[in-house]
Parts: sequence; C-alpha cells; structure tokens
Amino acid sequence: MQKTLLQVGVPAAVLLLIPLVLKNPYILHMLILVLLWTLLAQSWNLLGGYTGQVSFGHAAFFGVGAYTAGIIFKVTEKAPLAWTGILLGGIAACIVATFIGWICFRLRGPFFALSVLALSEVLRLVALNWKELTNGAEGILYIPPFTSKAAYYYIILAIAALCFWVIHTVMKSKLGYYFLAIREDQDAAESLGIDTTRYKLYSLLISAFFTGVGGAFYTNYMGFIDPGIVFGIEHISVMMILVTMLGGAATHTGPAAGALIYILLSEALRVWVKSGHLVFFGALIIAIIIFFPNGVVGSINEFRSRRAQRLKEEGGAA
Amino acid sequence: MSLLELSGVSRQFGGLMAVSNMSFSLEKGEILGLIGPNGAGKTTIFNLINGYFPPTKGTVTFKSERIDGLKPHKICQRGLARTFQVVKPLQRLTVLENVMASAFVHTSRLNEAKELAMRSISFTDMEPWKDRLAKSLPLGMRKRLEMARALATKPDLLLLDENFAGLNPSEVQSTLEIVRKIHQSGVTILIIEHNMKVIMSLSQRVLAICYGERIAEGKPEEVANDPQVIEAYLGGAHA
Repeated sequence: MQKTLLQVGVPAAVLLLIPLVLKNPYILHMLILVLLWTLLAQSWNLLGGYTGQVSFGHAAFFGVGAYTAGIIFKVTEKAPLAWTGILLGGIAACIVATFIGWICFRLRGPFFALSVLALSEVLRLVALNWKELTNGAEGILYIPPFTSKAAYYYIILAIAALCFWVIHTVMKSKLGYYFLAIREDQDAAESLGIDTTRYKLYSLLISAFFTGVGGAFYTNYMGFIDPGIVFGIEHISVMMILVTMLGGAATHTGPAAGALIYILLSEALRVWVKSGHLVFFGALIIAIIIFFPNGVVGSINEFRSRRAQRLKEEGGAA
Repeated sequence: MSLLELSGVSRQFGGLMAVSNMSFSLEKGEILGLIGPNGAGKTTIFNLINGYFPPTKGTVTFKSERIDGLKPHKICQRGLARTFQVVKPLQRLTVLENVMASAFVHTSRLNEAKELAMRSISFTDMEPWKDRLAKSLPLGMRKRLEMARALATKPDLLLLDENFAGLNPSEVQSTLEIVRKIHQSGVTILIIEHNMKVIMSLSQRVLAICYGERIAEGKPEEVANDPQVIEAYLGGAHA
C-alpha cells in the first residue's frame, strides 16, 4: 500500500506542481511536448508493444484527429469549439481504424503494417487536395482562445494520465492477456479460444482513439496544422515507433521515458548542430537499437531481474 | 451418439492427398490412439478437427454439430482443445500467465481465471514452475504446459499431439499418470503417439493410418500385430 502511494503519489504531485514552480514558457512548452509524445508513444505501444501489431502509419490516426479539430474550427469559426475535437477526433480516428483493421487483421504478417502506412499517405494526399475542406497545403491557422501554457500543460497531463491508466487497467484484464497471447503466438492464441481478428481490432481501436485525441490536442495547442506535418511519416509515424523503442516497448513507463529523452535530445541537438540534428538523432537511435534493444526501461528491468535472480541463487547456495 | 465423428474427410495440399476419405468416430469417455509412420497425416487430422484449416471434402461433427469450416477459437469455445507437437508456448509470459490466457475462455474475471489456471497447473504438477517464463522451461515442462493450457479451457475432448516425444523415462511415467487423471476427470482423449508403450497402456482402441488412409483399427494388441501396420512401419520383408 505504502509502495503504491510512493510510486503513484509522488510523481503525480511533482507533475501537478511543476507549472506552479516553473513559470518559464519555454520549459513548459518542452514539458507539454514530452506529455504529448508520452500519450502518442503509449498509444503505439499498446498495439505495437503489447499486441505485437506493428504500425508504420499511426500518422493516419493522428492526422484525422488533428483535422477533425481543425475542420470544426474552419466550419464554425469559433476557436473554443475546436476543443470538442479532442473527443470527436478520437472517435473519427476509431472509425478510420475500424475500416483498416477489419480488413487487414484477418491476415497475418506485414499486411497491416504496410496498409496503414499506405492509408496515412492516402489521407495526406486527400488533405492536400480537398482544399474546400482542409485549405490544402496552406493548412488551417487560427488564434487559440487562450495562451496560458499552464492550462495546456494540465490538459495534456490529464489526457496522458488517463491513457496511462486505461492501458494499465486493460493490461491487467482479460483483454491484456489476450493481447499478449496474440503477440506471442497467434496459432496458439486461436487454439486457446481467442478470436485474434477481433482482439487485434480492439487493441487498434484504443490505440487509434488516443492517437486521434493527441492529434486534436496538437491542433488546439499549435493553432496551425498542415498535411505534411500531421500526416507526416517522418514527423509522426516513425517518431512514434522510435520514441517507444527508445523508452522500451511493452513496458508501462517506457513511452514516458522515451518521450522525455526524445524531446530533450532533439532540442539539444537542434541548438548544437543546427540542421544536422536529424543525422545525430538517427545515429543515436541506431546505437540504442543495437546495444539496448529493449529500450531504456526495458534494459533497466532486465538488469534488475537478473540481479534478483543472482541474489536468489546465491541465497539458495548459502 | 458419438462425441466426435469424421465422415469422408479429405484434405489435399496441391497434388498431395494428405488425408483421404477418413472416417472414424470417438465415443464419450474413450481414449483413441492414432498411430502411423512419419508423414502419415496424423497431425493433419488434428488440424482438420481443430479448424486450423478446413477439409477439402467431408464433414466433422462434434457434439452432434458440424464444426468443419469453423475457426479454431470457435471450436475451442465449444469444448475441444488441443496440444501442439511442435510446442507453442507464449514465450515471454510466465507459466501461470500462459494458462490464465486460456482460462479466460469461460470467464472475464481475473480472479476466476487465476483460480481455474491454478487448478489446471496443480492438476499437471507444475506448481514449482508457475512463475518461470515459458521460454526458460525445459522441453518436458513445455510439453506439460501445453496440457495445462488446454485443460484450462475445460475441454470435453482433448487432442494430444505427441506429448510424450522427447521425454525421459521418468517424465514419460509422470505424464502417463497425468493423462490418466485427465481421462478419469471425464475428458475424452484422442492421442497421437509414437511411443508404443504409451499407446498400448493408455488407449482402448487404436487407429493406424498410412499415406492419409486408414490401414487398421481395433484393440491395441490387434493393431500392433496387424501385417499391414507392420509393413507400414518396417517394410514388406517383416510382415
């Protein structure tokens, strides 16, 4: 009991108090990005890390969420209404996800990973060319109704925490066991009575919902979206994978660790090496995948369990 | 009424008739042994019953309902479980988690699934292994995990695919006792096995197949002495 209080209470208190102590808008902006990427990586991790269904195109869901909020603003011209996109964007992403998952999850192998990549590109082209609805390459620009960084910080903190709690709860339930069984062996899962097509779709729906919510938050926070950014393979799809891998796939805190490292590093590199930062970032990712394939959190967990095993064996021998 | 009935079941892979016109039935409470040389089509028959792939021709009836063409998870939910000859443990999960994943067929509650899984684990004498990762288990225990997992789905019919292969004599003995216990608890069993000692001591009836066709059926000792069976295993000179 005391342990859970420490593990949950202390980080929660720290996260809640940060904006009261740190008033620097730049630092708050960084923290907002860390939380946004925590949300995105957590979403990807549920499907890719726990359920074993790798997606190369989560930008499809991010972009649909972002454009849902953007189009709501464009149509109504009322900036506060764009916040309804948080919920509606998540739902819109789920609709797109149902469509692609229902078709692709009957198959195994790389079909889903590649189809969703193609889907995100198709959606990018739609957003680029359907100018009446999306303003095309100009993008959608508006003045956010409020500018307090602290407010945005608390909103994204609440969303990321909700996502963390949902995934944590799911992974301790029947759904979670089914997701892991599907990841480990689909034949075995089928023969144990698991409808793999349906449960893969459930995992995708939760994942797509929170990714869509993240997209809608992005629109509201940034006040500007265009197809190249929110449907971007290199900005969103690949980064969601890398952040998850960096922190540790299939771990609860890996996505947050990955997001923190990603944002700090990309900022630091941007200052030090200017436009060369992508090269350094890429090299670092390669190094991490070679030397720490389980990510930061995964490697720490492994080290701990090995030490525990060793202590147990020494204890047994003595 | 038979628990399981195959009637005229064939399965073709391209030009190869893996199973041709196979008919047999299994009564409730029976242990039927399925034997035959390598490549005879034994595992293919299991795959046809369990829905891994559908038969090209013929019907499979389980509890008076046709199950051919159904997906494996539907067939499992109806009370038909199997083990795999090439074991398929959920590698990065513990033994308990493996068995729990299958116990969720009948419940959505974590506690009930855990209880059912623990019963299945103690039934197969795997308690000391329950917190080990499946990938760290020795082969004998992996084979046993297959049984524990299948049992947790509360099957009426259990298909055992070479659960004795690769075991040492003492493991064979303990697995024999477990299979007997499973049978006594009311589960009907269809077993594929090469170990003749196991087949002779467990099964009440044996079906021998070769090249996808039935070559003999009857009491274990009758089938073992059948000239066609001896020829299939050892070649014509010995028959």
